[in-house]
Amino acid sequence: MSRDSAASAPGSSGAHAGRPVGRKTAGSRWGRFLEGGLLQGGVQGSPVLRLFMRWVRRPLLPVMRLWRRNIQLKVVVTTLLMSLGVVLLLGFVVIGQVRNGLLDAKVNASQSQATGGFAVARQKAEEAGSGTGDEATTVDGRPAQNVIQWMSDLVESLSSGGQGAFDVVTLPAGNDSGSGRGPRASGDVIAASSVPEALRERIDTDPTMAAQSYTRIFYDADKESQPALVIGKQVNDPNNDPYQLYYLFPLTQEEKSLSLVKGTLATAGLFVVVLLGAIAWLVVRQVVTPVRMAAGIAERLSAGRLQERMKVTGEDDIARLGEAFNKMAQNLQLKIQQLEDLSRMQRRFVSDVSHELRTPLTTVRMAADVIHDARVDFDPITARSAELLADQLDRFETLLADLLEISRFDAGAAALEAEPIDLRVVVRRVVSGAEPLAERKGTQIRVVGAQQPVVAEADARRVERVLRNLVVNAVEHGEGKDVIVKLAAAGGAVAVAVRDYGVGLKPGEATRVFSRFWRADPARARTTGGTGLGLSIALEDARLHGGWLQAWGEPGGGSQFRLTLPRTADEPLRGSPIPLEPKDSRRHRGLDDAGLPRGGGEKAATVPAQPTGDQGPSRGPLAPRSSAVTPTADPTALPGSGSRVVPRPASGARRQDDPPAAGGQGNGEAEGTPSETVSRPDARSEGSYEQGEAFRGR
Amino acid sequence: MMSFMKGRVLVVDDDTALAEMLGIVLRGEGFEPSFVADGDKALAAFRESKPDLVLLDLMLPGRDGIEVCRLIRAESGVPIVMLTAKSDTVDVVVGLESGADDYIVKPFKPKELVARIRARLRRSEEPAPEQLAIGDLVIDVAGHSVKREGQSIALTPLEFDLLVALARKPWQVFTREVLLEQVWGYRHAADTRLVNVHVQRLRSKVEKDPERPEIVVTVRGVGYKAGPS
Repeated sequence: MSRDSAASAPGSSGAHAGRPVGRKTAGSRWGRFLEGGLLQGGVQGSPVLRLFMRWVRRPLLPVMRLWRRNIQLKVVVTTLLMSLGVVLLLGFVVIGQVRNGLLDAKVNASQSQATGGFAVARQKAEEAGSGTGDEATTVDGRPAQNVIQWMSDLVESLSSGGQGAFDVVTLPAGNDSGSGRGPRASGDVIAASSVPEALRERIDTDPTMAAQSYTRIFYDADKESQPALVIGKQVNDPNNDPYQLYYLFPLTQEEKSLSLVKGTLATAGLFVVVLLGAIAWLVVRQVVTPVRMAAGIAERLSAGRLQERMKVTGEDDIARLGEAFNKMAQNLQLKIQQLEDLSRMQRRFVSDVSHELRTPLTTVRMAADVIHDARVDFDPITARSAELLADQLDRFETLLADLLEISRFDAGAAALEAEPIDLRVVVRRVVSGAEPLAERKGTQIRVVGAQQPVVAEADARRVERVLRNLVVNAVEHGEGKDVIVKLAAAGGAVAVAVRDYGVGLKPGEATRVFSRFWRADPARARTTGGTGLGLSIALEDARLHGGWLQAWGEPGGGSQFRLTLPRTADEPLRGSPIPLEPKDSRRHRGLDDAGLPRGGGEKAATVPAQPTGDQGPSRGPLAPRSSAVTPTADPTALPGSGSRVVPRPASGARRQDDPPAAGGQGNGEAEGTPSETVSRPDARSEGSYEQGEAFRGR
Repeated sequence: MMSFMKGRVLVVDDDTALAEMLGIVLRGEGFEPSFVADGDKALAAFRESKPDLVLLDLMLPGRDGIEVCRLIRAESGVPIVMLTAKSDTVDVVVGLESGADDYIVKPFKPKELVARIRARLRRSEEPAPEQLAIGDLVIDVAGHSVKREGQSIALTPLEFDLLVALARKPWQVFTREVLLEQVWGYRHAADTRLVNVHVQRLRSKVEKDPERPEIVVTVRGVGYKAGPS
């Protein structure tokens, strides 16, 4: 497929504006909230509710975070809650049992006491009836008076037997309140209110049976009311008139006992819960401490302190964990040591080879130069041979130097000597160095964007080497057309893009150009005799800076190589100030010619241009750092940048021919994705995103 | 003038082919080369031939180049140019610290080598009488001496040149690149470590307290300048 039908056509990519990443997600939710909730007057409740929930949740977030992260807290809290439940249940059961037991005993005792009392009352009534029978019949007005007196005496005598353990109350039976037999009570008890109405009715309805109920005793005097058991029965007075006799047994003692039990249980329960919590804490700590230690040591191990080990005591599971962990660390250290030794040996070897090769090469070189200088005295054939010898020695030297440089990268021996440099100066130097070649080729090198300083912390020697390589390549492959060197700085990044309008790159080649000894066209004549390692070294140089070196190209439409460097050495790259695919690419032009409306306008709307000074905040939503999506999935979602980000390890393996998920985002033109590749430090690749469009036109 | 350019060069190199080739090139340029292949014999040969300049390979059998460099420097200020196959930081810096004035990385072109040698020998061409003062030092340019309160301080020719370059324009701050051009004779920006190492060496000789230099003052982010006199 041709590159013109690229996957990330602006029209379709505009539709992919939903960016499934970090802060951006929050932003789009806000957007939906605004659009769906407030602006369009939609469902008011749910967004407002959501907002409220968020407002409520915010102060809780640290707690939730602690909860999520701290297993000890989790276990302790769970233990506390569960033991609290168990203790409460247990408490209720125990208290219920104790109360029943206490009351049963009391009821039994009270019943026998009351039964005795009723018998005494009946007996007294019979005695009085037989003893005063004559008087009753003779003196008609007296009996009532006598009964009143008798009743008072009865209450007195009955209650005196209990010595305060109970009170006695008499009430008239039924509605009969006449004949002066008003309520009587011993010990200041208010008779009427202390006996429940229901009990009285029960006794009224069944006069032969004693009945009992729980009640509260109210007193005349300043005595507090207290719970009590009341047992009552209908009894006849000496006149054979029925009245109700009640025994009131205060339950104060029982209540005291019960509350004592309750208090004891509560105290014990509280202790148990707290102790269980403490025990859980201690037990969990026993497990968690080694785990935390393991985590901490694992972190230190991964930070490179390979001699770190866990302390192992005992033979339990934790100790086994520690042993296994230590064994793992040991093996890891061994392997790393082996690798380091290997790397050291490799470096040593390279260094030795370097010396051993260079000394004879120096001799040859000097001899060749002497011969070369004397070539005017030779016959033409020998003279030409001398020239060839000198030229090829140059090439050989460059090749050797490049090989050594790349093996230095491979051995990890390359060191960055970064200091703030103005890339314009470097570009100027590179361009002036490439002028002779450009003149021979009839190419004009133009520098764009050099009005303002483009400063970054970088290794001038390496950056110059990268740019020299790019510019010379562009001139070489530019077929005499102009070469444009574009500089830009924005956000935390600076970029230099080198654009040529030569043969360009075929699909898939943008990745391969960085491969060692790769040649675009083996049959093509090379004028400068490059080593085939230049771009590989340039890629390594960019990577050493924490920067990117990317290529874009279309067959016959030229290519663009872009170097992006972080402004400060320790800052991760998030995007490049220059879009990888130039605006004058055939695809962009083609779309414009076709008059598709979703070209520039759409893009401008999606990502409004912002002043250079305002990059800080604008970077946030544009280039979020962390995300769950694979790096290959995102860049095409950015409108029109046309950039495909391939994580570094895939740069060799993943070819354009097998497009990643992003290429096929529903537009079925995956194969045509413009070929680009990205180099970046592996650690950062996951979170870095392309954002070329954001800076477009600046 | 050309006669000043000529001089005796001692080539200390164990590679006979390279030594011979160096001899051919040096003779072609009018120098008088003498050779020694063993580090242990280098010092004796140096004493015997009294060269105007030493070309010293860093990797030698017997005593290695660094050691030889130190020994020669201990008894003479004669210019020493190291030949090294390794341009790695450590090697070069160690070589420079042991007293070498300049270094050249293999493989080099004959013209490059000759240019370096000439640059190191050039300074003997200008005997204009001149008296300079820097700090409490008095420099007699023609007499090639540096004195503090009447006591002379021994400097190598290179260190002397460096000091003179700074003392001639005490108002000017010299970048490392400018010093490389003026003192070492490089026309393109080269290894600025040369300057750093030699400023350190110079300071250790002329400063009362090398930790707090008063003669050769560092201007942060720019370079060096002469201290107030």
